[in-house]
Amino acid sequence: MRKLPEGLYYVEGLEVPETPEPRVAQDPWSDTTVVGRPLPRVDGYERVSGTAVYPSDVSLPRMLYGAILRCSCANGVVTSVDVSAAEGMPGVHGVISAFTPDDNATRPYSQYIKTNLFNPTCRCEGEPVAAVAAETPYQAHDALRAIQVAYDERPFVSDERRALEPGAAQVQEGGNSAGDPRVYERGDIARGFAEADVVLEETYRTECEIHTPLELHGCVAKWDGDSLTVWESTQGVYNVQAGVAGALGMPLSKVRVVGHYMGGGFGAKLQAGRYTLAAALLAKKTARPVKLIITREDSLLAVGNRPPANMRLKAGVRRDGTLTALELTALATGGYRGRGSGSVDFIARELYLCPNVRTELSDCYINAPPQRPFRGPGHPQGAWAVEQMLDQLADAIDMDPIELRAKNIATTSQARGNRPYTSNGFRECLVDGARAFRWEETRAEIAGGNRGHIKRGVGMAGGTWAAGGGGPPSIAVIKLFSDGSINLNMGASDIGTGTKTVMAMVVAEELGVDPGAIQIEHADTGTTQFASASGGSKTIPTESPAVRAAALEIKEQLLDLAAAQLSVDASTLALRDGTVVSAADSSVLLRVREIRALRRRGNLTGVGYRGPNPQDKVIAPFAAQFCEVEVNTLTGEVEIVRFLAAHDSGRIMNKLTCQNQAFGGVTMGIGYAMTERRILDGNETGKMVNKNWHDYKIPTAMDVPADMTFLPIEPEDTECNTVGAKGIGEPATIPTAAAVANAIAHATGVRVTDTPIDPTKLLQALAERREGE
Amino acid sequence: MTDDRKKQDTQDRERRRGVTRRGFLGSLGTGAATVAVASQVSAEQLPEGEQLPAGDVTRVTLDVNGRRRDVLVEPRWSLAFVLRDKLGLTGTKPGCERGECGACTVLIGGVPRYACMTLAMEAQGAEITTVEGLMDGEAIGPVQQAFVEKDAFQCGYCTSGQVMAAEGLLRANGDPNLEEIRTQMSGNLCRCGTYAHIFQAVGRASELKRGEGGAS
Repeated sequence: MRKLPEGLYYVEGLEVPETPEPRVAQDPWSDTTVVGRPLPRVDGYERVSGTAVYPSDVSLPRMLYGAILRCSCANGVVTSVDVSAAEGMPGVHGVISAFTPDDNATRPYSQYIKTNLFNPTCRCEGEPVAAVAAETPYQAHDALRAIQVAYDERPFVSDERRALEPGAAQVQEGGNSAGDPRVYERGDIARGFAEADVVLEETYRTECEIHTPLELHGCVAKWDGDSLTVWESTQGVYNVQAGVAGALGMPLSKVRVVGHYMGGGFGAKLQAGRYTLAAALLAKKTARPVKLIITREDSLLAVGNRPPANMRLKAGVRRDGTLTALELTALATGGYRGRGSGSVDFIARELYLCPNVRTELSDCYINAPPQRPFRGPGHPQGAWAVEQMLDQLADAIDMDPIELRAKNIATTSQARGNRPYTSNGFRECLVDGARAFRWEETRAEIAGGNRGHIKRGVGMAGGTWAAGGGGPPSIAVIKLFSDGSINLNMGASDIGTGTKTVMAMVVAEELGVDPGAIQIEHADTGTTQFASASGGSKTIPTESPAVRAAALEIKEQLLDLAAAQLSVDASTLALRDGTVVSAADSSVLLRVREIRALRRRGNLTGVGYRGPNPQDKVIAPFAAQFCEVEVNTLTGEVEIVRFLAAHDSGRIMNKLTCQNQAFGGVTMGIGYAMTERRILDGNETGKMVNKNWHDYKIPTAMDVPADMTFLPIEPEDTECNTVGAKGIGEPATIPTAAAVANAIAHATGVRVTDTPIDPTKLLQALAERREGE
Repeated sequence: MTDDRKKQDTQDRERRRGVTRRGFLGSLGTGAATVAVASQVSAEQLPEGEQLPAGDVTRVTLDVNGRRRDVLVEPRWSLAFVLRDKLGLTGTKPGCERGECGACTVLIGGVPRYACMTLAMEAQGAEITTVEGLMDGEAIGPVQQAFVEKDAFQCGYCTSGQVMAAEGLLRANGDPNLEEIRTQMSGNLCRCGTYAHIFQAVGRASELKRGEGGAS
């Protein structure tokens, strides 16, 4: 067991097993016949027919429904919990709290401290205080209401910009600073600014964004003696298994976690929840299975967020467009514990060639729920600042924004020891993207006439993602039945990204079978192989090579058996459409089902391991996104007219599902730019005032353009892994908000540097400009 | 039993249960900030006639996917809860329990409705269609087919609701234009952000339903 490199948030705090190198050598694919095609999903039927069983749908005999009572104040210590009335209510079978003897789960509070599930010290609204199991969810919520909780309420601070002021309420005993600022430096920042012809400085802010997947966080927990089975809505069953076993002091083998379907996570479902532990404890106490699905309000409040970032960026550029210096200072918060600034500076350090860079990231505590990884942690924040600044620089030196970016393309990974990339298609993303978007023509049209109160504008932004190359560990097992049909066994979750479909295509590519005919077992710690959680845009680059290795093992065994039967050398044989053919002239020699040794054995098993990544190179996806808007300068309303997403994610494994990911990332980024914002009542209560989808607005069908284009840039990459694929999920949302902001600035001539760009802010900016004129 | 005894009995029962209709109404969509209202939830504060004890069940007859279903329900139970937890029709998904996301959309009398905002009792006497009701045996219907073809979902959790909204739209308007599609589908959230593909799928479903380009 070993620790993975820093930054791989999807395995944070966990030890992951090493996997051996694959046994069968794998040459890079050149042309593929199945991989790359726009195939509908292998589990499409289940997902549209209602037959897919999500954890929310699991129903077991004698099952009870759980519910959690949460702390109602922003900072307080629970001094008593009276559950006597609740216990006597109809249908109620069990109530647990910090003051009942059943809370024997311990969970890591920080690297060094563990607390029980119900920690009386509640440093934010939404901390679990008690939990109930009852015959119906209605009775469970009735019972919550009958629980009497006494709090010793404390002063609070809910705004990180005020947390370090003298006299601010203390979130943690040691004060509100989350440690020394993290400083990164290369080159000589002062010299860099001295060498610049233009130096600009600007303040940017991104608001707190919340994941809110459609399926609520939750699980069903069932005990069989000392064995626990959990059906959990999760991105990683093995993460949940480790979390539950650790908290309950159980052997891993006694905790089985199943997560076949799950309704979205975006980083908020990488770990065992406190609801998971509550369900397990309630199921133990009541000796009944317990389903515990949290409420929508709790999902906005208590299961993670992308924390706010306050960024000051100073940048220097020469008249010819050469970047000379970038200095980013940021203040963020992880909530009442942890840090929230992780990777906020990565885009500044990595994406553009710049010899002199300094970043300083500070964190403080506030009385708000802890952050969780959220689709490219830190990156959309950093891109919001850097990509707007590049447009401002381009404007200052009178250069096209794309030309400025193209002039400063990094040739090596500056943030990672100047190692070269296995492939870097950023230039093509910029240039080919601009051409497909009709960038120059559209800008010329707009320059020719933008009269009236509806102003058109176009904007773009670039991006990269610190992970997205994948890597070991991963194990896949393929079973070939005697009739040639196939079962694929892997631990990875399909969180909606099409993992199952792509893996079936990889098997089909190597073994010449119909991807739709492959049976897939996945995401079950009891029956499938180890996989790290599906997150970090790394599932396809991690799992595909392992699945391919397993398929090649099967192929080798199969051709050996066929060669023995045909009395030829195995190297003269190939597999095509379930048939053994001559490698030389493709003449049909033997159908798989006619291989006698296979019939006798019943099946063949191939085990595939994920090999290591190249040590001397860096694997990185790149993106450039282009956006056209129309701004009503009388009302401040913005209509996003069209979007083009150009992505270097290596080989596109399935063009249909990959495009869907790209559009999904753009859609989420539009929400980040335009509407999404957690609001804490900083003056009176410290509580969240918009914990519902009416007041916390995510994009609807009315907010996104129908005119979206996905432009895959597929540089040949034979080094990143054995299938040539890099990640898409997170790169797809990293540049989006900045591209929107740049388009609005192009349309109106005013720049809103704080998210979300709502009509009020935009009108105010327009009014200020008019006053200035 | 005298009237006074009856009244006393009812009040005692209320107190034991600790819940009233007002308590139930107050509970809709809360869940987090419950402590603050706990003290307000007591039977004594309400006039007698207002009291309708939770926990008492009543028989309703629902017409679901062309079949008559007799169910014992508490008056406060939502149609979504009854469909999923009493009739086993888990294609209908709960997402917010307050009419914001549309994951629980079903057709009532052919019109898309949020099943979380509809009491099971209210749905009596109307034709209810869930996503399971769009199937022809084990074969998926044209809207579902179009969603698969156009990859109009990712995690799939909102999909039943999207499919039902699209079905309702196409029953009312067989050949909608893009703006009609966007407007009519705007009551259904998709956090994976598949709207662009959903627009295509609804257009494709319209073709399929009109017998163009394949099965009806």
